[in-house]
Amino acid sequence: MTNLLLLQLLNGLQFGVLLFLIAAGLTLVFGIMDFVNLAHGVIYMIGAYLVVTFAGLTGSYGLGLLLTLPATLLIGLVLEFLIFRHLYDRSHLDQVLATFGLVMVITEAVEIIWGAAPLTVSMPEALSGSVPLIGPLRYPVFRLAIIAAGLLTALGLWLVITRTRIGMRLRAGASNRAMLSALGVDVRRLFTVIFAFGAMLAGFAGAMVAPILAVDTGMGESVLILAFVVIVIGGIGSIKGAFAGALLVGVVDTVGRVFGPILLKAVMDPSAAAQAGRTLAPMLVYILMALILAIRPAGLFGQKT
Amino acid sequence: MSPRLRNIAAIVIFGGFALLPLLAGMLGESFLIVIATRILAFAIAALALDLILGYGGMVSFGHAAYLGIGAYAVAILQRAGITDLGLHLLAAIVAAAPFALVTGAISLRTRGVYFIMITLAFAQMAYFFFVSLSAYGGDDGVTLAARSTLLGEPLLENDRVLFYVTLGLLLAIYLLALRITQSRFGRVLTGTRENPVRMQAIGYSPFRFQLTAYVISGCLAAVAGVMLANQTEFVSPALMNWHRSGELIVMVVLGGIGNLIGAVGGAVIALLLEEFLSRFSEHWPLFFGLILIGVVLASRDGVSGLIRRIGGAK
Repeated sequence: MTNLLLLQLLNGLQFGVLLFLIAAGLTLVFGIMDFVNLAHGVIYMIGAYLVVTFAGLTGSYGLGLLLTLPATLLIGLVLEFLIFRHLYDRSHLDQVLATFGLVMVITEAVEIIWGAAPLTVSMPEALSGSVPLIGPLRYPVFRLAIIAAGLLTALGLWLVITRTRIGMRLRAGASNRAMLSALGVDVRRLFTVIFAFGAMLAGFAGAMVAPILAVDTGMGESVLILAFVVIVIGGIGSIKGAFAGALLVGVVDTVGRVFGPILLKAVMDPSAAAQAGRTLAPMLVYILMALILAIRPAGLFGQKT
Repeated sequence: MSPRLRNIAAIVIFGGFALLPLLAGMLGESFLIVIATRILAFAIAALALDLILGYGGMVSFGHAAYLGIGAYAVAILQRAGITDLGLHLLAAIVAAAPFALVTGAISLRTRGVYFIMITLAFAQMAYFFFVSLSAYGGDDGVTLAARSTLLGEPLLENDRVLFYVTLGLLLAIYLLALRITQSRFGRVLTGTRENPVRMQAIGYSPFRFQLTAYVISGCLAAVAGVMLANQTEFVSPALMNWHRSGELIVMVVLGGIGNLIGAVGGAVIALLLEEFLSRFSEHWPLFFGLILIGVVLASRDGVSGLIRRIGGAK
C-alpha cells in the first residue's frame, strides 16, 4: 500500500509539473494582458506532433525535442503577430470567440497534416529503463526525467522572475499593467515575449509526454481545462500559484483515481464503491477547485478577482 | 435592436419556421424538417444563454452541460419505463436547477475571466460524470429505444410533430424570456451588468438576481437537451463537450447579444453554416474557425458590431 501510494505520488508529481509548464504561460498571459487564450492547449498538442515528426526525421528523440522548442516558439510568435495582437483591448468575449475559432482551425489542420489516427514516438534508449526505488518497487527513468525537467524549468522560471529585470517587469505587469506602461515599459513587446515563451513551454510539455501518451488531436483539450483549473486554484497571474496549483491538481487527480475507490470500499460494498469511485475520481479536481474558490475567490495566491 | 424591429424579426423567424414543413413537403426534401428541428433545439439553448450573457453579462462557457443533463434525463427515465415528454421536461428542469444553483453560486463569487473558466470547468466536471456512467454507455452514449411519448401516444415519432412541438417550446420560452427581461427582475439584471456596485448601493443584492437568472437559464438549456435527445434518438457525453459550449456562445454573438430573437437567428446562421460547410469538406471546422476569427478581427467592436453595421442600424 505504501509502495502504491509512493508510485502514485510520483505519477501525480509528474503530471503536476507538466500541468505547471502549460499553466505558466497561460497564467502570465492572463495576468498581464487579461487575455483569455483557449488556444494554449492546441500548442501543447502541436509540440507533441512536432516531436513525433522531428524525431522521425532525425532518428533521435533528443534532437526532435531540441527542434520542437524553437518551432513552437516561432509558432507562438506568428500567432501573436497574426491574431492575438489585435485582441488585447477587446472584450473577453471576443478573445474567447477568436481563440475558440483558432482551436477549431489548428485541430483540423493538424488532422489534415498528420491524419486522425493516434501517433507514437519511441522513448530514447538511454531513458527507457526503470530504477529501483524501495524494495521491489521500480519507477520508469523517463518519468523521472520529466519530473526533473519540469522542476528545473520551474526553478529557472522562478530565478528569472525574482532575479532579473524582465522578471521584475513581469511581476509589475501582472499586478498593474497601466502603471508599468506609464513607467515607459513597452508592455506589448513584453507580452509578445511572454506569449512566445509560454507557447514554447506548452510545446515542451507536449514534446515530453509524447513518448508516454498516444499523440492525438484530443490531447490538448483536457489539459487546457485542467490548466484553467490550476490557474483558478493558484490565482491568476501568479507563477507561484500556478506551481502550487499544478502540483495539487496533479497529485489529487492521480492519487484520487487510485485511492478513491479503495477508500470508498472501506465504507461501501465493493461494486457500489467501484462505480462511485469511477464516477467521483474525474470530478475530484473540480470539487477541489470549488472548495478552494468557496474559501478564497481569488485563488490561493491571487491578488485580484 | 429596437422593440419594433425585434418584433418584426421574431414574426419573420417564427413565421418562417411555421411554414417550413409546407416548403419541405413541396420540395419533397423531408430532411429539411430534421435539420430545422435540430436548429430549433439549439435555438432554445442559445436563447437560454443570451438571457444571462446578453442581459446579465455572464459569459458562461459551460452551457453544454445543461444540454447533457436534459438529454440524459430522457435516457435515464426511458430506461426506467417513463416515456412521457412532460415528465422528461420536468425531470430535466429538476435536475438542472440544483446543478445550476450550486455551480452558479460558486462561479458568481468571481468575475470576468474567472467566471468563464470556472463555468467551463464545472461543465467539464458534468461531462466526466456522464462519461463514467457505464450503465448508460459511458463514453459511447446510449441509443434511445424510442422518442418520448405525448399524452401516452408515440406522436413524436412523426418528424413533423416533433418539429412543431419543438417550435412551440421555443416560442413559449422566447415569450417567457421576453417577459423576464422586461420585468423588474430583468431590469435589475441589466443594471447589475452595467454597474453592480451601484445596484448594491440602491439596495439590491446583485448576487441573488444573477444566480436566479443563471438557474433559469440552465433549466431552459436543459429543455433544449430533452428536444435534442428526441431529435437524434441518441444521447452521449459528446453533447456536452466544451466545443458545444463555445458554439452556443458563437450563436448568441452571431445573432447579436441581448435581444433574444438574435440568439434564435444566430442558431440558424451557425448551424446552416455548419451544414453548408460540411457538404464541402469533412474538415469544415477549419473553415468555420477561420470565418469566426475573421469576423472577430474584422470588426472593431466584435461580431455584434459587424452585424449591426451590416444591418445598417446605428
